[in-house]
Amino acid sequence: MKKTHIILLVLIAAAIVVLISYTGDLTTYETIASAKQKEGKFVNLIAKLDKQQPLEYDAVKNPNYLSFTAVDTLGNSIKVVYHNNKPTDMEKSDRLVLKGRVQGDHFECKDILLKCPSKYKDDPKATQNRLQAESK
Amino acid sequence: MNNYIGEHLFPGQTGHFFAVLSLVASLVATIAYFKANRTAGITEKQSWIRLARLSFLIETVSVLALFVTLYYIISHHLFEYKYAYTHSDKSLQTEYLLSCFWEGQEGSFMLWSFWHCVLGWILIWRSKDWEAGVMTVISFAQFAIASMLIGIYFFGTKVGSNPFSLLRNEGFLDNAPIFQDVVNGGIRADYLQFIKDGTGLNTLLQNYWMVIHPPVLFLGFASTIVPFAYAMAGLMNRRHDWVKPTIAWACFSGAVLGTGIMMGAAWAYESLSFGGYWAWDPVENASLVPWLVLIAGLHTNLVYNHSGYSLRPTYFFYLFSFLLVLYSTFLTRSGILGDTSVHAFTDLGMNTQLLLFVLVFLLPAIGLFIARYKSIPAIAKEENTYSREFWMFIGSLVLFLSGIVIIAKTSVPVFNKIFSTNIAPPEDPEFAYNQIQVFVAIVIGLLTAVAQYFKYKDTPKAFFGKKIWLPTAIALVISIAISTFGVIGYDKKGPGFLVAIHLAIFAAVYAVVANTSYIWLGMKGRLKAAGASVAHIGFGMVLVGILISSSKKTVLSWNTTGVTPLRADESHAKNNPAGNPAENLTLFKGVATDMGKYMVTYALDTINERDRKRYFEIDFKAKKGEEHFKLYPDVIKNNKGMEGFAANPASKHYWYKDIFVYITSFQENNKADTTSFHNQQLKVGDTLFYSNGLVILNKVVKEEPASIFLDMTVISKDGRRYPARPGIAIEGQEMRAITDTVRSQSMVLKFNRVVDPAAGKLEIGVKESGAITDLLTLKVYEFPMINILWLGVLVMVTGFVMSIVQRQQKSLFRVK
Repeated sequence: MKKTHIILLVLIAAAIVVLISYTGDLTTYETIASAKQKEGKFVNLIAKLDKQQPLEYDAVKNPNYLSFTAVDTLGNSIKVVYHNNKPTDMEKSDRLVLKGRVQGDHFECKDILLKCPSKYKDDPKATQNRLQAESK
Repeated sequence: MNNYIGEHLFPGQTGHFFAVLSLVASLVATIAYFKANRTAGITEKQSWIRLARLSFLIETVSVLALFVTLYYIISHHLFEYKYAYTHSDKSLQTEYLLSCFWEGQEGSFMLWSFWHCVLGWILIWRSKDWEAGVMTVISFAQFAIASMLIGIYFFGTKVGSNPFSLLRNEGFLDNAPIFQDVVNGGIRADYLQFIKDGTGLNTLLQNYWMVIHPPVLFLGFASTIVPFAYAMAGLMNRRHDWVKPTIAWACFSGAVLGTGIMMGAAWAYESLSFGGYWAWDPVENASLVPWLVLIAGLHTNLVYNHSGYSLRPTYFFYLFSFLLVLYSTFLTRSGILGDTSVHAFTDLGMNTQLLLFVLVFLLPAIGLFIARYKSIPAIAKEENTYSREFWMFIGSLVLFLSGIVIIAKTSVPVFNKIFSTNIAPPEDPEFAYNQIQVFVAIVIGLLTAVAQYFKYKDTPKAFFGKKIWLPTAIALVISIAISTFGVIGYDKKGPGFLVAIHLAIFAAVYAVVANTSYIWLGMKGRLKAAGASVAHIGFGMVLVGILISSSKKTVLSWNTTGVTPLRADESHAKNNPAGNPAENLTLFKGVATDMGKYMVTYALDTINERDRKRYFEIDFKAKKGEEHFKLYPDVIKNNKGMEGFAANPASKHYWYKDIFVYITSFQENNKADTTSFHNQQLKVGDTLFYSNGLVILNKVVKEEPASIFLDMTVISKDGRRYPARPGIAIEGQEMRAITDTVRSQSMVLKFNRVVDPAAGKLEIGVKESGAITDLLTLKVYEFPMINILWLGVLVMVTGFVMSIVQRQQKSLFRVK
């Protein structure tokens, strides 16, 4: 066998090992109920902001503390604590991807992804609402 | 058919006509070139080529006309068109009108198509007897792209998305009662008077990098088709002598695509607030991977030209580079990345068509490659270990596999879609990439350093040993100096990763030093021929810049001011799994705040009418030394129905570091001050309470000629002390109160009068109000040595250009 073939095989094997080990790092998307069962495990929670409950953020007191209640499509809810600034538009977002882990009574959030209905797409509905609002 | 008042239908009809014409013309060009390629007879071949060129000319004119028409619609604010309505508004500055093109998928397809036209004409001019084969592929790609822009239904399936469609035909108005014609049904004739403005250009795209980055990136994407087309033509015609012109094309592609990617990084650095230039976002990966594979192909191509080895890998890499561009197109445009990327396009409902776009190139390419594999010449004898071709091949392989690993990780959403799984990215997605790619950087750095010191075919061992020791020694000294004195203390990910970073720094420095010295040791200072060395020096600098700036990126805005009542929480916060991202610092307008090395002050803010941005003046003053500068980060109000604002960072550039700042939130108090003073009586030494602490009256100070000041101390709950000096000035018969404001406590103190001089009783007014001060929160980072990265990109591109020029001169001389 040629040297290049051996190296080729070794490198491909290395790439496969890397990809397999990567699968170990991967996490999952969860609902609130299933995330609660995996307490302490890093998960991606798909939920939305519960607008009935208070959102606590005061940049004067502490710009690195945000707390709110998240609710998912199954109707479960959980308190979320995020030690960072409040993402702008959070109230407008129709879906949140919360990355973190459940800790006791709350969800300790490390990162928040906002899914805005109209970030890169102009949702016809939003546009209609806007057009109506303007023409009034 | 109704007539609607105020609509301009002519531009749209013109545009759509050219969209269809470009589809037809590119199809004719494809067929004609294909025929020309298959025909042996000279006269018949010539007539096919004439027809093909004519069609390609019509195609080019159509694409230009599409551009002009869409630009007309956008610049004349014809909001009856969906594209103008959804991607622009009246307040947009002229320089961003072009950016509206690339906010939508249709406009960016047009851009891609435009570059194919430009490249096509260069190929018609230069590629001689390869024209028919190469242009068959390019014309076909033009056909595929044109099909994305027609928006016509064929047998009930919508093909493409027409950028010239009208708002009223897209269902935007159907459910809004205001637009309905109550009497006749349908949309009222004068509906347009209610549409006063468009929804605007996404605020993130309102940045000067966004004017220049997409055209360059798309030229890079488009240019990968040239080596692909040569390879396909080679396979079709069983001819393998295309490998000479492709070197210059691959260099061009490497330079332009590389520049485009790094311009994107610069845009991210200057306008996105994710705090850096690279985040392993799927969109970034999708453009990086084709570049890696293309560079692999360029190297094997050189190997083949000099040694006869590696022709099969060259085919493979060139084919895959373009196929990966198509795959990227699918990833970023199908909406499949929605959950994982911050800036992919959204779904236009063309997923099937996009997938077909990939397959229609992938299947023939792979099929032909397999079918012709045996007939592609290869040398049976294996490469000498002491040869350049051996190490270049290994390097190409590593680049390719690293690209495959990156794209495989990026494809997790595709995997989810196919297998209905719900796999999400890892906890620390960036580290998942970094921990692997740092080893790739080590290997590639080392290979970049040493490979040039090997000669093709065989290298005398004495020669190699004699030349290599000096650069090795210099690189060792420099990198040990960086490792020792540079304080690369990136221990967040454990000692293993730190060691890898140090090794990678050595490898990168080695690449820079070895290639620099090669210009003299190997080529005796002939700079003209040193394109490859210069490109490698640039690449090494990019690596050095990436390694140092990311491993030494430091947060300056650690919140240590105590402007937080949650002190009890802090110990908890340190152990909390979210880390302690207390990276936001609150600044009150006009109050100097302690931030590590600096005292920072939020001095003022102004709104620029032209670009509609609010600029904040942040004053940085070093506690030690003379350093004093101002930065102007800004925010722009979001559009498209979104609340809030988008923040644009600002940086102070030093040659060895950047201070990088952006606003994370701001609060403006424009409420009228309605609270009134609350009066209390007290003596020297007394205290009074307010909502967030207490105030002590220390002493009374009399000042000449006739004023009295009270020396007071405000102590907030968290223990911070603020001095205050309210007073009274007597001017003739008039008494004037001089109030003092403690901004961070939103408190005003006023000395009203002396109540009882004998008992020393004084009346003091206290007012607490939210209407005193504006505040903002910001993040500040320090990026050391980031300029090496940007400079490295420039050097690398210069190297590529030098190589192209050198090759062109050679070929011109040969012609003469």
